[in-house]
Amino acid sequence: MARVRVLVGTRKGLFILTADGKRQTWKVNGPHFAGWEIYHAKGSPADPKRIYVSQSTGWHGQIVQRSNDGGKTWETVDNKFAYDGVPETHQWYDGTPHPWEFKRVWHFEPSLGDPDTVYAGVEDAALFKTTDGGKSWTELSGLRTHRTGSQWTPGAGGLCLHTIIEDPQNPKRLYTAISAAGAFRTDDGGKTWKTITKGLNSRYIPNPTAEIGHCVHRIALHPSNPDVVYMQKHWDVMRTENAGDLWKEVSGNLPTDFGFVIDVHAHDPETVYVLPITSDEKHYVMDGKLRVYRSKTGGNEWQALTKGLPQKDCYVNVLRDAMSVDRLDKCGVYFGTTGGQVYASGDAGNTWRAIVHDLPAVLSVEVQTLK
Amino acid sequence: MIRVELPPHLRVLAAVKGEVSLAVSGPVTTRTVLDALEAAYPVLRGTIRDHGTLKRRDFMRFFACARDLSLESPDKPLPEAVAKGAEPFLVVGALAGG
Repeated sequence: MARVRVLVGTRKGLFILTADGKRQTWKVNGPHFAGWEIYHAKGSPADPKRIYVSQSTGWHGQIVQRSNDGGKTWETVDNKFAYDGVPETHQWYDGTPHPWEFKRVWHFEPSLGDPDTVYAGVEDAALFKTTDGGKSWTELSGLRTHRTGSQWTPGAGGLCLHTIIEDPQNPKRLYTAISAAGAFRTDDGGKTWKTITKGLNSRYIPNPTAEIGHCVHRIALHPSNPDVVYMQKHWDVMRTENAGDLWKEVSGNLPTDFGFVIDVHAHDPETVYVLPITSDEKHYVMDGKLRVYRSKTGGNEWQALTKGLPQKDCYVNVLRDAMSVDRLDKCGVYFGTTGGQVYASGDAGNTWRAIVHDLPAVLSVEVQTLK
Repeated sequence: MIRVELPPHLRVLAAVKGEVSLAVSGPVTTRTVLDALEAAYPVLRGTIRDHGTLKRRDFMRFFACARDLSLESPDKPLPEAVAKGAEPFLVVGALAGG
């Protein structure tokens, strides 16, 4: 019988939640790396026993952990993320040039075909790659040295590269998203990059349709139709049908289109999930109600999913890497909150329950479907 | 032998309990002690000093003999009591405040 493993990164350690395919009874294992911030943990699609974890604190910097046995044991691998060549500068808050400085890994994206190949998105925004299971990391500097790179300016959350997606039908195509800079695509394995921001409209930047400066919070696609990409921007939910060459807004009837997470149903490329957050000054859900919204039409028409979720006195946030889906026949959807709950739905969002209540604030949720 | 006391997170990471004892050849300075520490426990590279520059991380402090040595040159000899192993060299995480 299939099983599910949920990797939950929190402010104070990694937790591993497991269940069989019924997803009724959950076992909580952890904290691993207690007291450390776990920005992200993700398993390899090519070898689910291989897991990579970003472990950090403000005191001690970055550690990278790797497991070869599904999280039973861990080993540290290389934690040196050196920018390629002379790093030059990006724009600082006061408009002056500022040297690129590594701060932490926000996201690991194990490649689809090789457990030893992993992409790492870091702050200050850059993309790194390992092909030896984390023993060494090399920057794919074509992104950071993009002609616009010197103008990238951090938002309040830092200049972080937080989303990496490998096109399942074209391994040379990658998408990345960078807070307060925008979205980018390579079609040659990371050597050269283009901005994919046409159609975005951001009222919080001087020129709302500028090439860069858009605060992209998260992008997602379905493997069967990878040219269709969805985006949760700072404000606005967007969709492209041509791999980012042109975006159209699909916020439709959402009560607010501010939010962080966005994900796609495992078996239906037109079914999309978002979790609206009140606004950028109130980073909590609207009206005290925790509501996931689902569109079965690829956006525009959204339905609130509330059964099993708190509908009063709830003021949590759900951060950008904190939603994931499993690949069981009945698609499971999972998300974690800043209040330490992880909610799961075993029926594509129709009903929900908290599978754990009282973890530290959740930073990331990744699901592995195990055979 | 030089005695080094690590903060809790780094003791876990290095899989040590209590103090660490290190042999340091030549002058005993912050730099040579940390070089010896990182050679003995490579997992600590980058956690006390930055990779490459070997600059002390902002929230790390070095204490010994009731003195804060964090701002002193990493090449300045450490107190004789540390060099002789009578006193430990303390690697400390700065207070978070609040």
